Amino acid sequence: MGLEQFKNRNVGTQEYKVLDLQESPKTPMAKFAQVAKRTFKGELFVGLGVTVREMINALFRGQMHTVKYPLEKLPISPRYRAIHEMLRLLESGHYRCIGCGLCEKICISNCITMETRYDENQRKEVSEYTINFGRCIFCGYCAEVCPELAIVHGPRYETASEQRASFSLFEDMLTPIDKLSLQQEYDGFGAVSPNADENIKKTPLAY
Amino acid sequence: MSEVKTVENMVSIKIDGVEYQAVEGEYILNAARANEVFIPAICYLTRCSPTLACRICLVEADGKQVYACNAKVKEGMEINVNTPNILEERRAIMEVYDVNHPLQCGVCDKSGECELQNYTLELQVDSQNYAIPDTKRETQNWSSVLHYDPGLCIVCERCTTVCKDMIGDAAISTTKRGGEDIDKAYKESMPKDAYAMWNKLQKSLIAPSNGTDQTNCSDCGECIAVCPVGALVSRDFVYQSNAWDLKRIPAVSAHSSDGFAIYYETKPRSIEDRREKIFRVTNEWNYVSLDGAARFAYDFENEDATKDEAAFNAAIEAFKKAETIRFNSVITNEEAKMLQTLKEKMGVKLYNPEVRAFQKFLNHYQAASGRALWSTDTDAIMKRADFVISVGAALRNDTPGMKYAFNNVQKLNKGAGLYFHPVGDTLIPSFGKSVECFNHKPGLEEAALYLILDLFADAQKLPEEVKAYIDSFKTSETKTIKEKVDKTVKEMVKNEETGEEEEVTKKVKETVEKEITVEKNGLIDLLGGDSEKFPDAFEKMMKKKESFSMMVGEDLYFHDKAENIAKLIALIEATTTIDVVMAPPKSNALGVALICDLDDEASGYTVGYNENGDFRLSALGNGDLDMPAMNQQEGTFTTMSKRVVPTNAALPYGGYELNDLMKVLVGAPALTIDWTPMLPVEKGYRAVAFDALPNRYLNNGTEDRGYLLDITSTEAALPTVEKFDEAAALEGEIAYRCNPARQFNDFTDKSHEIFEAFGVYASPAKAEELGERVEIVFDNGSIVMDVIADGKMEGDIVKVSDFRAAAGVYDLFGGSRYKNVTIKKV
Repeated sequence: MGLEQFKNRNVGTQEYKVLDLQESPKTPMAKFAQVAKRTFKGELFVGLGVTVREMINALFRGQMHTVKYPLEKLPISPRYRAIHEMLRLLESGHYRCIGCGLCEKICISNCITMETRYDENQRKEVSEYTINFGRCIFCGYCAEVCPELAIVHGPRYETASEQRASFSLFEDMLTPIDKLSLQQEYDGFGAVSPNADENIKKTPLAY
Repeated sequence: MSEVKTVENMVSIKIDGVEYQAVEGEYILNAARANEVFIPAICYLTRCSPTLACRICLVEADGKQVYACNAKVKEGMEINVNTPNILEERRAIMEVYDVNHPLQCGVCDKSGECELQNYTLELQVDSQNYAIPDTKRETQNWSSVLHYDPGLCIVCERCTTVCKDMIGDAAISTTKRGGEDIDKAYKESMPKDAYAMWNKLQKSLIAPSNGTDQTNCSDCGECIAVCPVGALVSRDFVYQSNAWDLKRIPAVSAHSSDGFAIYYETKPRSIEDRREKIFRVTNEWNYVSLDGAARFAYDFENEDATKDEAAFNAAIEAFKKAETIRFNSVITNEEAKMLQTLKEKMGVKLYNPEVRAFQKFLNHYQAASGRALWSTDTDAIMKRADFVISVGAALRNDTPGMKYAFNNVQKLNKGAGLYFHPVGDTLIPSFGKSVECFNHKPGLEEAALYLILDLFADAQKLPEEVKAYIDSFKTSETKTIKEKVDKTVKEMVKNEETGEEEEVTKKVKETVEKEITVEKNGLIDLLGGDSEKFPDAFEKMMKKKESFSMMVGEDLYFHDKAENIAKLIALIEATTTIDVVMAPPKSNALGVALICDLDDEASGYTVGYNENGDFRLSALGNGDLDMPAMNQQEGTFTTMSKRVVPTNAALPYGGYELNDLMKVLVGAPALTIDWTPMLPVEKGYRAVAFDALPNRYLNNGTEDRGYLLDITSTEAALPTVEKFDEAAALEGEIAYRCNPARQFNDFTDKSHEIFEAFGVYASPAKAEELGERVEIVFDNGSIVMDVIADGKMEGDIVKVSDFRAAAGVYDLFGGSRYKNVTIKKV
């Protein structure tokens, strides 16, 4: 891109339109006359009329232009970083978290802690998981580092509560098992890129 | 004595064009590591024999490809670590290691400190070219502590190598994998070494060497420590924590007198309970190998201790009226110094039967030899010695460090060994072909030392009367033996074809009777050896041997003739080339022996520190006043290597310390570690502040921990030794005060990963004879114990555990480790 347009500092040669403005009143009498004329012209009611018309349209004719918050919410960008959610595997319903501890490690405000154990099926079980939301800065690193897309930032931005603890435990963040079908795949931080398949080198298998 | 170290010959080598100095005869890999040059290697373990399983340490030396782990440096050698061909080999090897390796680093306990991860990234393996069908490999628990996941195993054989070459148990070995053969096409397409390595890898896995699914070993966990991947993990640690979450605190093992360098690894125990907890113990496995107690007995802390003022005041009162303080060797040098100060200022008696016998023995030894302490240590033995002798130590139980050294000498230095001990042990002979065991009667330890004098002493230096005394055991007798001799016979045979007679020579075997003189050494027979066979065996053992060492154990300190034994040891040091190392009985016995002026008897009102007493200070949480346990306090230990080493507090402690009592009683500095520079200089300690003590190993294996005691030595005349009394040998039912491996004191007993029970251990045959539970009657009391069979014991002597102070086993045995007892079934 050329820089010519920025180098032309001769403003006068550019095409400006001169507005057709009336001259301001000069004498005190003329000024008073202008105020009185504008005050009693009735423009106020023209404006109010627009408001009433839109109100009627919105309420009775179904032409609402705003969102009925909190009954209704706008969809937010997948890149928005709100309260964390723990996702489940769609097939089995088992939680995705494998307890690798990467989120715990990468967390720059040190607010994630987890407990793991060796379970009866010889698997690593996440027995407890918690985020201290008093310290979380919603940077999104945990979601980005998660190798299983298990911890993600959900759309829940209303974080007013009597106690922060009420949404900081594993079961609070986990998708309720009965709402598994409603679980949305996450497209935000750390999600698989659309062309991921092209970037993968396949490991040969001998089967 | 090889007291004066010969300056090791150095050669100069060039690695990648840079010149370095290296010890002559050193492997290239070790030479590079000592000079901080990186050569990748997976299967090699310092202090063990090269396995050549991974082949990744391939380098080019003087134009030839060699394995850095088993090629030795030569003067002027030019080494290239990376050539295009070698890089190709290494990358192929790493690709092979990654074939079928589960990609579950996320759950793996080794993640973050995994050598497979590291080398895969180091060698930039970003794609896979090889494939083979996998075999089904299921996780197994090998023992109460070992967990093996063959799915993760890369068969580098480090575990089997360390178990054989260092630990001596040889409890695990490679086994058949039963995998498919590698596709023949790979032979042409793959780099040569990578193919050979894969071929071996594809055929093997690791399994207990006794053919069962359970290892028969001492559960030291060293295989866990050396495992480069997550295949071997302690059962208790599986999926508990990531390596990177744990905080490492350098410390000293508080149990055996070896003073092993360990790291306690801690993190908060749970989300709700943020108190620190020790999750595991790790070690610098290239430089130090731990025993089971050091690795698994870590959770003996005195938790929940608070500053209980009433108890504290009671303790002050108790100290004021105390006549005796009874304690054991689980105590730091600083605390020992405090108790000594109490003795000096308040006139209390210090009673410590565990250490007193050892202290007396050291005094006798110093009087006889002019040297305050012994001349060598286990590290030096492993590095140099090729002949080791052990007298009076139950190697498998008392001193793991000595056991490892004894075994390591056999395996790595092509060494030989003599083991003198009354209790038969099936493990010791398995250390090497040149190990001779003498299971003598208890009480004949002096005879063993006389035999050593006979075998090794310089006849010129030996006093005439000693020589004469030794010769008095020797008899020569003539014996008629039958010998088969080849005899050449000439015969005339008629040739059937020609009909002529021909002379034919034939060889015929004939038995001839022959008279020979046999030299018999009565000492050998007395010690339970075979005087006819032994001289030949000994001659073989002595071949090409240059450096001799002797290990002395606790039996000799707890002995009626301890003084004479100390003199005999001094005589052995003076007249032979044998270096001596002595095992302090348990923990910090040496520190206590050097710092405290102990008394023989306890009397009156007694304050017990982790011991029985009228008022009990206890780090076990069951006393009248809480004390910090060894993992909750900082201070120094004096180890078997004559080294003063610092240990740090891994866990918080909320109660009072001994130093707080000292402040009230006699006045003391602010902190326990302020006592460190006050340790007695005349005993070899230095006035060095605790915080100035180093605690690390250098890359070439040098132990840079704390400082070595300055040992005074004066010229001393040869000691006059007494004859021994054959009649003093114990006969009949004998009990031996000896703990099972991994148990040393109440603290090991408290730890949840130590399972060895308190009881009487006997050989399987004896155990069957004794039944399940017995009462052992001593002269001065009796104790009822469970009988436990120990498959590695032989003979009729039983081992009675002493690790529970409250059981008072020390008092039953008194001044000896062997006692005649009556064993009754209960």
